[in-house]
Amino acid sequence: MHDALKGVRAHYRPFADWLARTPADRVAQKKDEAERAFHRVGITFAVYGEDEGTERLIPFDIVPRIIPQSEWTMLERGLLQRVAALNAFLADIYGAQRILDANVIPRERVIGNIQFRAEMAGVLVPDGTYAHVAGIDLVRAGAGQWHVLEDNLRVPSGVSYMLENRRMMMRLFPELFATQSIRPVQHYPDLLLENLRAVAPAGEESPTVAVLTPGPWNSAYFEHSFLAQQMGVELVEGQDLFVRDDKVYMRTTRGPQRVHVLYRRVDDDFLDPTAFRADSTLGVPGLFDAYRKGRVTLANAIGTGVADDKSIYPYVPDMIRYYLGEDPVLANVPTWKMYVAEERAYALAHLDELVVKEVHGAGGYGMLIGPMSTAAEREDFRARILARPDNYIAQPTLALSTCPTMVDAGVAPRHIDLRPYVLSGKTAHVVPGGLTRVALREGSLVVNSSQGGGTKDTWVVAD
Amino acid sequence: MLSRTANELFWMARHIERAENTARLLDVTWRTSLLPYPVHDLDLDRAEPWEVPLVTSGTATLFYATHAHPAADAVLRFLMLDPLNPSSIHSCLKAARESARIVRGAITSEMYEDLNTAWLDLRVRDYASIEAMGVQAFCEWVKMRSHLFRGVTFGTMLRGEAYDFIRLGTHIERADNTARILDTKYHLLLPSAADVGGAVDYYQWASLLQSVSGFEAYRKIYSDVITPRRVAEMLVLRDDMPRSLHSCMNLINDTLGHLCEARNDELARRAGELHARLHYGRTDEIIRQGLHEYLMDFLERVSDLGDEISRRFLVPVD
Repeated sequence: MHDALKGVRAHYRPFADWLARTPADRVAQKKDEAERAFHRVGITFAVYGEDEGTERLIPFDIVPRIIPQSEWTMLERGLLQRVAALNAFLADIYGAQRILDANVIPRERVIGNIQFRAEMAGVLVPDGTYAHVAGIDLVRAGAGQWHVLEDNLRVPSGVSYMLENRRMMMRLFPELFATQSIRPVQHYPDLLLENLRAVAPAGEESPTVAVLTPGPWNSAYFEHSFLAQQMGVELVEGQDLFVRDDKVYMRTTRGPQRVHVLYRRVDDDFLDPTAFRADSTLGVPGLFDAYRKGRVTLANAIGTGVADDKSIYPYVPDMIRYYLGEDPVLANVPTWKMYVAEERAYALAHLDELVVKEVHGAGGYGMLIGPMSTAAEREDFRARILARPDNYIAQPTLALSTCPTMVDAGVAPRHIDLRPYVLSGKTAHVVPGGLTRVALREGSLVVNSSQGGGTKDTWVVAD
Repeated sequence: MLSRTANELFWMARHIERAENTARLLDVTWRTSLLPYPVHDLDLDRAEPWEVPLVTSGTATLFYATHAHPAADAVLRFLMLDPLNPSSIHSCLKAARESARIVRGAITSEMYEDLNTAWLDLRVRDYASIEAMGVQAFCEWVKMRSHLFRGVTFGTMLRGEAYDFIRLGTHIERADNTARILDTKYHLLLPSAADVGGAVDYYQWASLLQSVSGFEAYRKIYSDVITPRRVAEMLVLRDDMPRSLHSCMNLINDTLGHLCEARNDELARRAGELHARLHYGRTDEIIRQGLHEYLMDFLERVSDLGDEISRRFLVPVD
């Protein structure tokens, strides 16, 4: 929010003014009101490893994160470009594999990746769209330059928080919405439904869409039911579905009803015990066959994980150039690939400055933050990198941008990132905003909710 | 709609209704226990006033597994808060709220938030805090939460299948409950007991009527002293009395009528038959048959109906 030289940045001015003229107890009251409302509405997530049924709130911060429209225009262009390239990449590697033949990406990085689904080779998906919903994690660092930190192309979550956070902010601060032009995000479920219907198997005039959830104990169950409700479609579990003659049906009070599109929030491995993990009780036997034959559309497609893997990430700018013939709008974070000898040597010599990540890791686990690590932790990672260089990448420790945040002592800067959601299908869209995650612990760079992160509403405002 | 969703809605409604009925029972037992009449003066087979809510709710066996004597506070704890008693108010609200969470897309946000608020309030309560607020105040709170939820449901929900399954759940549970409440007092309708009369008798009947919100209605309808025969008529046969068996069967029959499409549907036929018995039944015949036998037969048929609804709509077998 603050500019090193000029004080409060212009687009934060209305909120900063509100904060300055509002007594502290009134601000505290707003914060309380938000918390009570979130509890009542039940916007909670389950915590693994705690008692069954433990539900927690993700801390919500009432100070919004604000992005000026001019900056957003650039981000939007970059996001659409990046996701278009990632979809082209997926269609290519499960098809002709031109990019591998052209040696833009080493073949073994793709084919040898455990996220590569050989079963998907030659399967035609509607409109060649694989990642119907993508969550792209962005950070601002240093002098304000945006970077893509990570692509999430499997079952990206968090969009319900984007929507509920906005609803909460409109309730808490109607006057700020009345006096500024804050771009709306609440049409996201409509866009999602439209996108899902558009990718139904060919010839279906009135396709039935359903959301497939692993069930009420999943940490993101709230989001699954929220999206199903917002779209007005059924929320199904594997046990509600069955496959007959390669068609997918749900068990309803009026007998079997055909389903054409599944917005699935179940991982690839668990979708179909006859095709993937046999011990899965979350899936639907025969689903993969129905899918392969084009009788049902899965969103996202099976096998998208290979494109958001951290070992593929360094090649995304090359994909953009290769498929689109354009220069990337959004920069990657510089990345050292540990399987390349000279890059590894550099990283091992600079472990105390770098962040080391597992290529398949997620949720902020399995990572070394050099400047905050102990010598023992660095030695541990050195040994792990040497044992399995394929499994790691290293990046510089970014000076993530901060945003003023309510903490016990008042308002203080905390590090943030941003996850906008990109919808692809017949057309592609990004709603203006996304989920801003904030590291609530002082100095922490880890924004994941499983590790003490909170969320903020994200405002795109006219310049 | 999904069968699993319908099942959760059906049980959500049943659990809320059960919580309300338990609160009603406890409320009335509490009030009766404040009266100066020793109950054993009536020469009833059940001399313990706090055993009545246990028997009525069908939880006596479970209670005696861990308790020797039905003392007031033991029964209150057991029926209000015991998480190991599946019929306690705590267990019922917890189950109802969990069902609502699972199918929150099928109900309105207002309904979910209302039920969730009730649960968030209840889950932090212990017996000491209930004693502090007062047993009656707590029972009233439970009843009001149930009324509120029903009102929110009535006022916000699309009239579709989801609404139908909620209504089915509510009325199957209510029919079951009214029949049980009446049955615990059936001995008062025996010819030998018919002439007992007097103040004790009056309070016994008055409390039974209060437990089904029928006391004021009785006065309006009959403008006369309370007689066992009229109580039976009112709670079994009158269809303008919202907790009567007839009234519950009206709703169940109507709802099943449009859920079952086929004309010769067996489920609709059974509901229709049970409804007709109430619609065309006469008080004299019920008394002659014996109220207890009549109610036992009714309970069995309602339970069958619940099972059949389950097989047909909620947990279908392919």
